[in-house]
Amino acid sequence: MAVEIAPQVAPVGAQVSNETAPYKESFLWEWATTVDHKKIGILYLLTGGLFFLIGGLEALLVRTQLMVPRSDFMNPDLYNQMFTMHATTMIFLAVMPINVGLGNYIVPLMVGALDMAYPRLNAFSYWLYLFGGIFLNLSFVMGGAPNVGWFGYAPLTENQYSGSGTDFWVIGLQILGVASIAGALNFVVTILKMRAPGMTFNRMPLFCWATLVTAILVLFAFPAITIALFLVMFDRHFGTSFYNAAGGGDPLLWQHLFWFFGHPEVYILILPAFGIISEVLPVFSRKPIFGYSFIAYSSVAIGFLGFTVWAHHMFATGMGDIANTAFATGSFLIGVPTGVKIFNWIGTMWGGSIRFTTAMKFAAGFIGTFTVGGLSGIMLASPPVDFQMTATYFVVAHLHYVLFGGAIMGLFAGLYYWWPKMFGRALDERIGNWHFWAQLLAFNITFFPMHWLGMEGMPRRIYTYFPNEGFDFWNPVATIGSYLLGGAVLIFVANAVITAFRPADATDNPWEASSLEWATTSPPPAHNFDVEPVVYSRYPLWDISEEDEHGGSHSSVSSHGVSATAIATVAKAHDEHGDAHESGGHGGGHGIHLPAPTIYPMILALGLMILFLAVLFTPPTLKIVFVVTAVIYFVVAITGWVKEVTD
Amino acid sequence: MTVSTIEHASHAVPANPPSGMESLDMRKLGMWVFLGSDCVFFASLITTYFVNRPLIFSGEPNPHHTLGINFTAVLAFILLLSSLTMVLSLAAFQRDNIQSGRNWLLATAALGTCFLAGQAIEFSNLAHEGVTLSSGLFGQCFLIMTGFHGTHVFIGVIWLLACWLFAGTGRFNSKNFIGVEISGLYWHFVDLVWVAIFTLIYLI
Ligand SMILES: [Cu+2]
Repeated sequence: MAVEIAPQVAPVGAQVSNETAPYKESFLWEWATTVDHKKIGILYLLTGGLFFLIGGLEALLVRTQLMVPRSDFMNPDLYNQMFTMHATTMIFLAVMPINVGLGNYIVPLMVGALDMAYPRLNAFSYWLYLFGGIFLNLSFVMGGAPNVGWFGYAPLTENQYSGSGTDFWVIGLQILGVASIAGALNFVVTILKMRAPGMTFNRMPLFCWATLVTAILVLFAFPAITIALFLVMFDRHFGTSFYNAAGGGDPLLWQHLFWFFGHPEVYILILPAFGIISEVLPVFSRKPIFGYSFIAYSSVAIGFLGFTVWAHHMFATGMGDIANTAFATGSFLIGVPTGVKIFNWIGTMWGGSIRFTTAMKFAAGFIGTFTVGGLSGIMLASPPVDFQMTATYFVVAHLHYVLFGGAIMGLFAGLYYWWPKMFGRALDERIGNWHFWAQLLAFNITFFPMHWLGMEGMPRRIYTYFPNEGFDFWNPVATIGSYLLGGAVLIFVANAVITAFRPADATDNPWEASSLEWATTSPPPAHNFDVEPVVYSRYPLWDISEEDEHGGSHSSVSSHGVSATAIATVAKAHDEHGDAHESGGHGGGHGIHLPAPTIYPMILALGLMILFLAVLFTPPTLKIVFVVTAVIYFVVAITGWVKEVTD
Repeated sequence: MTVSTIEHASHAVPANPPSGMESLDMRKLGMWVFLGSDCVFFASLITTYFVNRPLIFSGEPNPHHTLGINFTAVLAFILLLSSLTMVLSLAAFQRDNIQSGRNWLLATAALGTCFLAGQAIEFSNLAHEGVTLSSGLFGQCFLIMTGFHGTHVFIGVIWLLACWLFAGTGRFNSKNFIGVEISGLYWHFVDLVWVAIFTLIYLI
C-alpha cells in the first residue's frame, strides 16, 4: 500500500492505535480524519449538546416574550424565527444527533463489533450533519432565520410569502436528511451483520433493538420529507407550483408528505430513549428486564403502526368522518403496545433491589413524565377533542411531555449510565442528584401549566396575547419554570466540566451491568475488544454460575445466583493484553483490521454543502463558481475515497 | 437461566452462530437497505403524480395526447435489454472471462446512455409542445419524476464505467465480483422503477 498521504497507514494489526502510530498527527487532524465509531460518537454528542444549548436559548427567548401580555420584547417576525429555529434545532440538530451519538458509541460495543459496518460512511454522516447544522444557523446572519415553523406548512413556504430563511430551512433539512439516511443505513447493517458469535436476535440488548427499529424508520420516513422539500425548492426556484393553489397545486399534499415523515419522526426521537430505559432499569434493579420479547417486538409494532397514522395531525383540515375515524383508531391502537411497555418497566423494578443512582432516577422519572405525555396524546387522538385543542398550548404541553419528559429524560439516563464507559470517569452522583431534581421540578413548572393554558384556548405560534383572557397567571409561571429548566441543564454542564478534571479511574463495569460494552476497558481501546466476545445468553456478563471453574470473586449481583465472575475474568484478560500493547509487544497481534483514518468523507460533505449553497445565491456567475468548486470537491473526495477503499 | 460464560474465542467454538445472515455479504446488504429507502423516494414522487392525476387529465396538453408511447416503449426495451447485458457481464466475471465481462459492462453503460439520450429527446419534444417545469401540473409532475429517475440512470452509467475501468486492472474475477454484483443490483432496481413508471404513467 502506497503511503503517500500521511494518514494512510497500513492497518496491519490492532497495535496500530493512535499511540503507536509512526507519525505525529495534530489533535485537529486526528479528529477530522477519524473513522473510529467511538470518536465519531463523541463528536455527535458534543455537537448535539452544543445545538441543544442553542435550541434551549431560543426557547428561553420565546418564553421571555410570552411572560407578560402584549410584550414588545420581540417583534412578531423575530418570534416566528425563534420558535421555528427552536423546534428545528431541537429535533434535527440536538435530540436526533445525540441519539445517534450514543448509538454510535454504544451499539458496536454492545454487539461485540470492532466498529460500525461502514466507518467512512459513518464519518461522512457526521460531517454532513455538522455542515447542515452550520448551514441552517448561517441564516441568522444572512437575511433572517427560517420563520415558517418546523412544519413549514404550504403555501407559507412559497416565494411570495417567505424570504431566504425558507431556503436555508429547505436546503438545510435536505442535507440533514441525507446525513440521517446514511447514518441509519449504517446502523441497520451493523446490527444485522456485525453481532458477536452467539448473539441471536433474541439475545440482542434492547437498546440495539430500539436503534434498529429507529434506523429503519429513518430509512422509510426521511425520503418522504426529502422529496417534499425538493418540491418546495422547485416551487421557489424553478417555476413549478406543487403547493401553490394558484398554479393548480395542492397545499395539503405538503401536509400529507410532511406528516408521513413527521409522525414516524416522533418515534425516531423517542424509541432510542425506550431502549436506554430498558438497559438502565434492569441494571439498577438487579434483575432481568420483565418481558424482553414484548419490549423488543412491540418496538417493531410501534414502528410499523407509526406509518399508518400520520393524518391524525390533519383532523382540522377537514378530511371527512371516515378518514378521521380510521386515523383516530390507528392512533389509539399505538397506545396499547406503548402502554404495556410502561408496565414492563414497572414490572422490571418491582421486587428488585433498586440502586437509586442518577441514571436510575432519570429512568424512573422518564416513566412518570412520559406517561403524562402519552395520556394527553390519547386525548388528542380523538378528533372531537383535537378540533378543540389543535394549535393550542395543550398540544405544546403534550409534545414537550413526550419529547422532553420522554426523549430527553431518557437521554440523560443514558448519558449518566454510559459516561464512565465513554470518558473513563463517572459523572458526580451528588451533582447529578441536584440536576435530576432541579430538572424534574422545573420541567413540570414549565410545561404542566400549558395544559391549562391550552384548555383556556391560548393559541400556539402567536407572538403575544391580550390581558384578562385567562392567560395572565400561568404564562409567567411557565416562563420562570423555563429559566429554572435552563439552570438545571447548566448543572449538568457543570457536572461534565468538573468531573473532567478528576482522575480517569472508572473500572470496566462500574454498574455491574450485563451487556458486552462493559466487558472491555473504560474507555475501550481503539479496537474495542482484545478477544472477540462469544455470547451464550441475553446477559453475557451476568450469566455465569457460582461453580465456574475460573473462580474469582463471587460477588453476587442478584438473587438469581448470578455472579460477577465473568466480569472479573474478562477484566483480567484485558489487563494482560493491555500490558502487551503498551510495552510495544507485536507478537503476531490479533490480526484486527482497523480502517485507516481519512479526510475524504469531510471533503465530500463540504462539497455537498457548497453545491447546495449555489441554489441560494442568485447571481449566475456566483452560482457557477459554487457549482464548479463543489464538483472539484466531489472529484477529489470520490477518487480519493475509491482509491482508499480499493487499495 | 442458562449456565453460560464469556470466553476467549480460542477456548470455545460458539455453540450457536448468529442469525442466518452470514451468507449475505455486508456490502450487498447495505445496497439492499439503500434500495429499500430509495423506493420511498420514488413512491413519494409517484404519489405526487397520482394525487394530481385527475387535474392533469382534465386539461391540455395531457399525457395521453402528448407522450410518445411508442418511442418510450423503445426506451423501456433498451433499458430492459441493459439488464440482460448486466446479467451476462456478472456471469462472465464469475466464469473468469474478464474480457467478455468488461465488454458486457460497456454494452450496459452504452444502452443506459441511449436511454438518457432518448429521454433528452423526449424532454425537448415536450418543451416544443409547451410542456415545461412551469407550464402546469402535467409538466412539473412528469418532468420531476422522470428526471429523478434519469438522474439515477446517469449515476448508474458512471458507476458502470468505473467498474469497467477497475475491471481493466484485473480487480474482478470469479473470486471477487462483489463490485460488479452491487452495481448490477442498483442497475436492475433502476430498470424496475422504469417499468413501474412506464406502466403507471404511460399505459394507464
Ligand atoms: Cu403523530
